[in-house]
Amino acid sequence: MHLHFVDYAIIVIYFVFVLGIGFALRGRMKTSDDFFLSGRSIPGWITGLAFMSANLGALEVMGHAANAAKYGMFVNHFYWLAAMPAMCFVGVFMMPFYYGSKVRSVPEYLRKRYDEKTRTLNALSFALMTLLVSGIDLYAMAILFQRLLNWPFTACVVASAAVVAIYIYLGGLTSSIYNEVLQFFLIVFGFLPLAILGLKAVGGFAGLTAKLPNPGYAHTWKYIWHASQNPMGINWFGTIFGLGFVLSFGYWCTDFLVVQRGLAARDMPSAQRTPLIAAVPKMFFPLMVVLPGLVAIALDPHLTKYLNGRYDNALPAMLGKFYPSGLLGIGLTALLASFMSGMAGNVTAFNTVWTFDIYQTHVNPGKPDRHYLNMGRFATVFAVAVGIATAFIVLRFNNLMDYLQLLFAFFNAPLFGTFLLGMFWKRTSAHSGFWGLLCGILAAATHYTLYHYHVILYPSDMAANFYQAIWAFSVCVVVTLVVTMFTEPRKEEELVGLVYSLTPKPRNQDLPWYERPGILAICILALCAVLNIIFW
Amino acid sequence: MKTMGLDIRLPIGIIFTIYGAILIIYGAVADPAIFVNSLGVNIDIWWGAAMLIFGLVMGTLAFKASHRKV
Repeated sequence: MHLHFVDYAIIVIYFVFVLGIGFALRGRMKTSDDFFLSGRSIPGWITGLAFMSANLGALEVMGHAANAAKYGMFVNHFYWLAAMPAMCFVGVFMMPFYYGSKVRSVPEYLRKRYDEKTRTLNALSFALMTLLVSGIDLYAMAILFQRLLNWPFTACVVASAAVVAIYIYLGGLTSSIYNEVLQFFLIVFGFLPLAILGLKAVGGFAGLTAKLPNPGYAHTWKYIWHASQNPMGINWFGTIFGLGFVLSFGYWCTDFLVVQRGLAARDMPSAQRTPLIAAVPKMFFPLMVVLPGLVAIALDPHLTKYLNGRYDNALPAMLGKFYPSGLLGIGLTALLASFMSGMAGNVTAFNTVWTFDIYQTHVNPGKPDRHYLNMGRFATVFAVAVGIATAFIVLRFNNLMDYLQLLFAFFNAPLFGTFLLGMFWKRTSAHSGFWGLLCGILAAATHYTLYHYHVILYPSDMAANFYQAIWAFSVCVVVTLVVTMFTEPRKEEELVGLVYSLTPKPRNQDLPWYERPGILAICILALCAVLNIIFW
Repeated sequence: MKTMGLDIRLPIGIIFTIYGAILIIYGAVADPAIFVNSLGVNIDIWWGAAMLIFGLVMGTLAFKASHRKV
């Protein structure tokens, strides 16, 4: 792939703008609440697009295009089966507790609902996971630029990471969120022509399905019923329960990376709408990632012509094939934007959890607010530096998307059990949360060890991840239930605002229908059902 | 829509307007041979126009909002 002056100019302009937004917000970070929570002042459409964008790391974009080339339309399940119901659930049912209880982070909610040790366990595991994930994102990006442009690996990792560090250092979460909105539009405008040109090249949708290597690639649901029939080797139970329920609800409902965007909203209806607004573009994202993956495998079924032997090359190879100079600059900017928005999401979530839930709680409590604001800035730089270091560690793993889902299966899956019981069952006792969560993580570790040493066998790594999530979640729920039986319940008056049955429902009667979370969620799920049927 | 003193639609409007203009100009002067890639379509001009329109709409919205406040 050959870059012209115009492509470089486009990339440079992009860097100028993201840094400019950071500088514009620099003077406004006066308290730690400004830095970590944007002073709870941002309109719903902005937090919604940021919610969507923080999830769109380079790995998400390139990984799902690679998965589409490898597994076909089965990948749509990550969007329509996994993300949609979970995003609607967090908006309608869970955001009232997160936002209403005025917590600053997900671990802080756990302290209010359970106790200090539950919070600390979650804060530590989340901080670790976030650093690992941001490293993977960096690595994915660096590999891409090295392969594509022969840009030196290390230099471009450090340069892009430094830009992210600077704009968060200056403008905190606000800067991250505002840049995510800009990045969202760049991602859409950068990848959409690929879908248009790709479909034109293979002769429309009918031409595409005719060129796919096997009929299973053109269907989302048709071959799900038996593991042997679909390319991923997973049956309906593993897919629906493992991915559709445990992994997706664990990620969308409890991962602070996304929840934090909702907490920055200016009022309760905006907080509730945040995931719902994000769900609309998310629903159509298969057009921009799954479709190019399918086009890649249709044009190059033996991976010899464009893909160079690797599914991971699907998206960048298609950019190189279809984009002329000029548009190529826009496409590469979109990749950079997706990488930065994912990285920034991880960094802002990490610096908040580190500063409030670990540093302020255990290391150095009782300092003036200014001290924690500076700590947040320091943690930003630290997170980016560790991210760069982990990028070199993950060099040893060869399938990144599987690795990412593995991390989620370790940490998010059991956490969802803790949240579900804590939010919707007032009897759940203070101690049970910690033991349930710990045993869930240990169950995930045990399952992983057994799979790693071939004691348990699965047809694919992805199938192993789905079942690991199911085990971690189930163990967490069972242990939490058992411990609750033998320990004292908490007093009901302490749980007001934290548990569903003890919290007054948000009053939305005076909002117009299109702003009510429940109605929006129903519309989104109905539209999603239609997409599922069309691409059955 | 002004929050914390910055209307995000303004920078979005400006960057898309600049990108749109760059793509249109480059598409007009570039050697047509480069559009073999994009199946013979001068995608730079077409997509540049789309980005330009989006940028102008965003910029106008931000401009109107800032004047309503005063």
